Amino acid sequence: MDIDVIIQTLPDFFDGAVITMKLTVISVTIGFFLALVVAVMRTSKKPYVWMPAYGFSFYFRGTPLLVQLFLIYYESGQFQDFLTDVGLWTYFREAWFCALLTLTLNTTAYSAEIFRGGIQGVSFGEIEAGRAYGMSGFKLYRRIILPSAIRIAWPAYTNEVVFLLQATSLVSIITLMDLTGVARVASARTFAFYELFLTIAVIYLVLVYGVIFIFKRIENRINAYLNLGIPEPWKCISI
Amino acid sequence: MIEFFDLEGYGMLLLKGTRLTLAVGVFSIVITLLLGLAAALCKLSRNKILSGLAEVYTTVIRGIPELVLILLVYYGGPTVIQDIAALWGKNLYIDLNPFVAGSVTIGFIYGAFATEVYRGAFLAVPKGELEAGRACGMSPFMTFRRIHLPQMCRFAIPGLGNVWMVLIKATALISIIQLPELMRSADVAARSTRKPFSCFFMASLLYLGITILSLAFQQWAERRADRGVRREAR
Repeated sequence: MDIDVIIQTLPDFFDGAVITMKLTVISVTIGFFLALVVAVMRTSKKPYVWMPAYGFSFYFRGTPLLVQLFLIYYESGQFQDFLTDVGLWTYFREAWFCALLTLTLNTTAYSAEIFRGGIQGVSFGEIEAGRAYGMSGFKLYRRIILPSAIRIAWPAYTNEVVFLLQATSLVSIITLMDLTGVARVASARTFAFYELFLTIAVIYLVLVYGVIFIFKRIENRINAYLNLGIPEPWKCISI
Repeated sequence: MIEFFDLEGYGMLLLKGTRLTLAVGVFSIVITLLLGLAAALCKLSRNKILSGLAEVYTTVIRGIPELVLILLVYYGGPTVIQDIAALWGKNLYIDLNPFVAGSVTIGFIYGAFATEVYRGAFLAVPKGELEAGRACGMSPFMTFRRIHLPQMCRFAIPGLGNVWMVLIKATALISIIQLPELMRSADVAARSTRKPFSCFFMASLLYLGITILSLAFQQWAERRADRGVRREAR
């Protein structure tokens, strides 16, 4: 066991952890809102609305993230002329942009399915009540359906965010220096393979259980109205 | 458009890669199913040490990315053994086979997910069925073998199907340790034909095909497992 190597690499690990967290936070934030849109499209009755949404999430859930990452990162080479014409080449040249795009699309697809389950789980009485107040369309979704759906879907969504945090380790393959990237470069230089990989395994564990802790707190908060200290017999009615 | 899908003779390579991907998948799912079952039984047992070990296994493995574990086993494993051998003054040189290292690691990781599936399934079997078995004079082990285990499968199939679906996609990570499975073959083809999009898109379609076939198989298996369940007439 070579402790010195671990201590020497600690500053790099810190930078790596920052990149890992940045990727996670940005793609989860963008993916959350996109997923809500896709989920609402998925529940539509019009074929030209739900079919594209279904195809999108089926493709991204049915293929490995690594393939998607390579597809977006290396694809740009094949379409360089086209991308230059549209003015997107400067973005697709960057590993950072490609990684972020892939992770966002991937988490959107998975979360959309989770939120769709939530939307379908909203009890019809709530929607009826909203309609009775004269709400319709966007307002009904914003005020009644989506908040309820998110509450239902939250535990499953927590899992998805944890998976995404772990999936960010793949970006090290397209040269980004996240936690895994730092460990791979440092271990190739020092041959301290198991010391360094064990260290990042521990760091990932801490990050994962940190995320779970935060999401549990949010869950308690959004469900706070269920624990207002109402006498027991009335509690079952409010649920 | 035809030019886009022309892989210049590398199509066969992709198909061979698919075969290896399926081989890795089957090899690791067998490990996953057995390890998951063993760990679930440990978790449900009254023995504090066994259930504690199973708890640590599932908690730790589910919190670490697959890629990190694969790299840890493939690169770290041999060095650990060499270092230990060096303590006894022996000079060892070990090279792991990527197929074995990769599929054992994947099986080990998804065993943790399968454990949770099995655990839930075991708990979902109605108590009455087990009591009925005991009342018929079966020993606890016989009740387990004849009633608890078969009945549990019915509840476990949807969850295990999910595990398989995630597992087969995770096998793409073994390409990082140079095993020529589908992903690695697509990478080779992409480099030689200079058509990365076509090659990786083809590979993604092959993965999608595996997923679709698996979904169909899962539905068939679920229907078959549920054939003894009474439902209201439709």
